Amino acid sequence: MSETTANSYPRTWKKPPLIGNRLLRWALWFGAAIYLSVALGTMDINWGRVAEGLPRGQKFITAFFPPDFVSRWDSIVDGILESIWMTVIATVAGIALSVPVGLGAARNLASMPVYLFCRAVIALSRTFPEVILAIFAVKLFGFGPFAGFLALSIATVGFYAKLLAEDIEDMDPGQAEAIKATGAGWFQWVNYAIQPQVMPRMIGLAVYRLDINFRESAVVGIVGGGGIGATLLTAFDRYEFDSAAAILVIIIVIVMVLEYSSGFLRKWVQ
Amino acid sequence: MPVLGTEETPVWRRRTTAAQWSIWGAWLIGVAIVVYCWKLVSDKTVWFFVTDAPRQAADMASRMVPPKWSYMDKLWQPVWDTINIATLGTLLAIAMAFPIAFLAARNTTPNGAVRAFALFVIVSSRSINSLIWALMLVAIIGPGVFAGVLAIGFRSIGFCAKLLYEAIEEIDAKQVEAIEATGASGGQKLIYGVVPQILPTFAGISVFRWDINIRESTVLGLVGAGGIGIQLDASISTLAWTQVSLILIVILATVIVSEWVSARVRHAII
Repeated sequence: MSETTANSYPRTWKKPPLIGNRLLRWALWFGAAIYLSVALGTMDINWGRVAEGLPRGQKFITAFFPPDFVSRWDSIVDGILESIWMTVIATVAGIALSVPVGLGAARNLASMPVYLFCRAVIALSRTFPEVILAIFAVKLFGFGPFAGFLALSIATVGFYAKLLAEDIEDMDPGQAEAIKATGAGWFQWVNYAIQPQVMPRMIGLAVYRLDINFRESAVVGIVGGGGIGATLLTAFDRYEFDSAAAILVIIIVIVMVLEYSSGFLRKWVQ
Repeated sequence: MPVLGTEETPVWRRRTTAAQWSIWGAWLIGVAIVVYCWKLVSDKTVWFFVTDAPRQAADMASRMVPPKWSYMDKLWQPVWDTINIATLGTLLAIAMAFPIAFLAARNTTPNGAVRAFALFVIVSSRSINSLIWALMLVAIIGPGVFAGVLAIGFRSIGFCAKLLYEAIEEIDAKQVEAIEATGASGGQKLIYGVVPQILPTFAGISVFRWDINIRESTVLGLVGAGGIGIQLDASISTLAWTQVSLILIVILATVIVSEWVSARVRHAII
């Protein structure tokens, strides 16, 4: 008896695969292999040029030890400060615009036409990367931080309004009903039933978006939208890697500070 | 609950007087900062261009229609390149992010120094925008698709590794303990105890990042790193607005399709 049961159970065990269906699994592997070979085949890498650049890459890495903060200090400070102003007002303006759009894009708050309109606004502003928005803002509004400000604000609307709308859709309907039952008007209802529920998460997201906007503000400058990007582009174009390294170090430090403070603020709010 | 204690009728209020004042103070400081930043940006803006913008926008829009559909023939190759940059870049990123995530997670890291290093890699990769990575890599290894793939890869390491190490820290420790009880070695514990728990999250993160990378790789061409951005840049510089509008439509379509694919795949996994 014990002999037969011991024999009928398999003695070895194999890890079950992630994708259960064997046909699908093999099809996926096969498709991936074909895609990879085709993609790599059309990539057309100029290995000679890559090899030529490696010493330059090494020079770039050594430029980090130590980075040169001194020789371009004035333009670095100018660029960073411009990036910071731009980030602050773009975040504030973007969030101010996101609140009505987000309220309109929440299905449990808005009527169907308003909902569709607000969702379309969100989808459009989310699709294009900040840099493309910045290119057009620069074309229309001229060089400088105003163009960057506009591009970042529009991108903020796509991000923030979407998350706000989703948060409102996920809220606890009990509280909303309780406030309604006291005879509150629409604005009182939003202010006392919805705003307290979404606020903690939204403050955290606002700081997160500030962080994203600062990082993006470094690139809108590359297309003429003001901020540190223009300085960085110049540094790269002149192969002044030690100045470029200094700018990158400053960006990393500021992002780290923002990230740390956003975690701190989120804890404090909740 | 703060109640204003008058003699006969208690009046309900949302906050105590002190809380009300501190909130008022925070608003005052916030508004002052925003107004100050706005002034600085406004000083650097040529307002004539801004007031002129609606006319410019109308002019540009009229030049953009109808899109030059015949230009599509020249766009298939860049679109293919763009998709390749995003896909290969994502593959590169997840290959590098996987070990880094294990080094950064508190419960799998060998020691504190390694963890600090892994966290540093994650922060620097995340702080630097893919366009800046591309700028750097184009300066080092020359323009082309390869620089784009590396830029997307380096930029995505931080994102993937951060989400992944958070997932590793949240795993169920009991399963790992059970594997350990069978006498498994350290590596076996990772493979059979930890990896199966994070694999679905990992797949989700990869697809999510791929979707973001499609969006980002559309602009890498602006600095010469391959993809449809090159055509966009060239068309804008030569004021070929009908081509620009076609490129924007193509970008819009690519992003929407990738978003749909990513949503479907994530839905299938989770």
